[in-house]
Amino acid sequence: MSATLSAILVAIGVMLALLLGIGLVLLFSARKWKPDEGSVVEQINRILPQTQCGQCDYPGCRPYAEAIANGEADINQCPPGGEAGVKALADLLGRESKPLDASHGETKPPIVAVIDEDRCIGCKLCIQACPVDAIIGAPKMMHTVIADECTGCELCLPPCPVDCIDLVPRRRPFIWPVHAIEVESPPGREPEHPEREHA
Amino acid sequence: MRDLEVGEHLYRFPGGLKLRHHKQIACRDPLARPDLPEALYLPLQQHQGPFGEVLVQPGDRVLKGQPLSRARNDREVPVHAPTSGTIREIKPWPVSWPPAGEAECLILEPDGNETWFETNALENWHDAEPADLVEHIRAAGLAGLGGAMFPTAAKLRGDWAQVHTLILNGSECEPYISCDEMLMRERPGAIIQGGLILARALGAGKVVIAIEDQMGAVDKSLSRALAEHDPDDICRIVEVTTVYPEGGEKQLIQVLTGAEVPHDGLPQDLGLVCLNVGTAAAARDAVIEGKPLIERIVTVSGPGIAHPRNLLTLLGTPVSNLLAAAGGVDDDIERLVLGGPMSGLPLASDRIPITKGSNCILVLRRQDTRREQPVMPCINCGECVRVCPASLLPQELYKYLKAESHEEADSLDLFDCIECGCCAHVCPSHIPLVDWYRHGKGVLRERGIEDARAQKARQRFEAREKRITEEKEERRRKREQRERKLKSGGDARSEVQAAIERAQSRSTESDKDADQ
Repeated sequence: MSATLSAILVAIGVMLALLLGIGLVLLFSARKWKPDEGSVVEQINRILPQTQCGQCDYPGCRPYAEAIANGEADINQCPPGGEAGVKALADLLGRESKPLDASHGETKPPIVAVIDEDRCIGCKLCIQACPVDAIIGAPKMMHTVIADECTGCELCLPPCPVDCIDLVPRRRPFIWPVHAIEVESPPGREPEHPEREHA
Repeated sequence: MRDLEVGEHLYRFPGGLKLRHHKQIACRDPLARPDLPEALYLPLQQHQGPFGEVLVQPGDRVLKGQPLSRARNDREVPVHAPTSGTIREIKPWPVSWPPAGEAECLILEPDGNETWFETNALENWHDAEPADLVEHIRAAGLAGLGGAMFPTAAKLRGDWAQVHTLILNGSECEPYISCDEMLMRERPGAIIQGGLILARALGAGKVVIAIEDQMGAVDKSLSRALAEHDPDDICRIVEVTTVYPEGGEKQLIQVLTGAEVPHDGLPQDLGLVCLNVGTAAAARDAVIEGKPLIERIVTVSGPGIAHPRNLLTLLGTPVSNLLAAAGGVDDDIERLVLGGPMSGLPLASDRIPITKGSNCILVLRRQDTRREQPVMPCINCGECVRVCPASLLPQELYKYLKAESHEEADSLDLFDCIECGCCAHVCPSHIPLVDWYRHGKGVLRERGIEDARAQKARQRFEAREKRITEEKEERRRKREQRERKLKSGGDARSEVQAAIERAQSRSTESDKDADQ
């Protein structure tokens, strides 16, 4: 009888020791190899279009990426990224894709800011507003936008006191259309099948 | 490594098609010139790469051969005045690329005098330094005349090991195009001399001139020119079997050497450079006569033109002038194509000018372009795979591109596609495959540009954030320093006292000065 009892006690002891051991290992590994927050933020930030426009209610793309990583912000708050951006974020984070939240704005074709240099009074307010330092100029001197650096975020518009900044469509490379230009069968093709040579 | 043997044995490339030639119709008449047009339209960019610095302004008088722009590096190619006259305007004008698009053009109104600018020949090129030859060729505005318009100078020097063989490509494999055949008949000597000049510029010991086996007269004329101009026996003529697209650079190299140009690599990696025969003749004119590239031979052919022929054309001549010089077009023409029927580009207008890469204007009637059947779904027959000269999987590429899975298409080496059109030609479902590949490449290129922009914006944003935090930190530190000083009492008061004393002594000194 006592032998059975002691066997049971040993079994319980072994089980408890195992549980404790595995628990400790899991605890340790969770502490040691926890998912790197920084790298998740970095991966999200790489998907974001880097317009730095703040339409997501965060002051730039990285802060928004941090908010997504912390679970504070949803993935559909970035209009410049568009539906494709939401989908890419959903794929990365293993979530369900969803339509863009219209309250943050609409997706627009790429634009750049252009300063009408005749009207500019050189107040420097747009320079301070530009999130990517794409406007150059000095006090009471004409300012100008470096078109290659401008992200089209529109943040320079509100501070301008003389309304001298316009947004124009950005030049995009030509992309061969699939349907508009129809290149049809060349005239070498006759009703009878051409001789063919196969390797 | 032992040098590759070029042209000793002939090999085959995968796939390809035997096509009806249709070349002789444009070779019956001798070379002619179209009438001098009322205005020449010279795109600033007639090559792959950025254009140089423009040297003229509207209103300037220019002479024939005068440089109108200047190259600042090997990727830029200058444009020269094809005739003497006045620069009227610099404005956007219809061009062949982008299709249905416009590009900045210099508009030159000829005065009809053909007065030459100073010509800059290189005396005794046999002893010239290779660098001087390349410089000369760059200043003459040479870009690949075969159609790709790659800057020639950038092919002649670069970061690669020794080039041992120069291949001169005279195997224009597309139906209808015969401008190179005409050039080889009319100016074989210029091609041989140009080949020797280019070989010297490259430091290459051998020149192989590849022609097609269907060009009988060309072989004889080139052989005669060889006897005259090539005493050291550097050049060799090799006839290759006419299989489309054996005139493609990579395919021709494979036919001549059995080796493939590596993916992401260059012919130079194999010790080879491949140039069009027209480029060789232009190099000869640039070095021996000192004349820049201002004209080229253009084939005007196709079922819709009255007298198909080859025309020696000034760059900038509108296509309409060439059509008139070839006897005019039929009433029912449907389309003008720049290049051949397999890989040519549709032209949106006959106002488009001839540029350095324009080899052929093809005139097609309605019945030549009509598609007999609508586009049908892919049936996986695999015909496209069998004819693809780049060993790609055209039907897989098509499926990925149609599904907008561009990354997958990229991983199947979409960019190795040479857009030869073989797959679309044999497709029983009439799928315009090449259009899809061009589209897919465009999308991927734009994505690359967007990514680069985004990464630059990220760096600039982060740099700005860093600067702003540093400035804040600096201000906070200064404020704290001031506060500490004020709090520490005695020191601060004595400093204020000292400042007052300094000011007083200055004012008394200046009073003294005033008194004196």
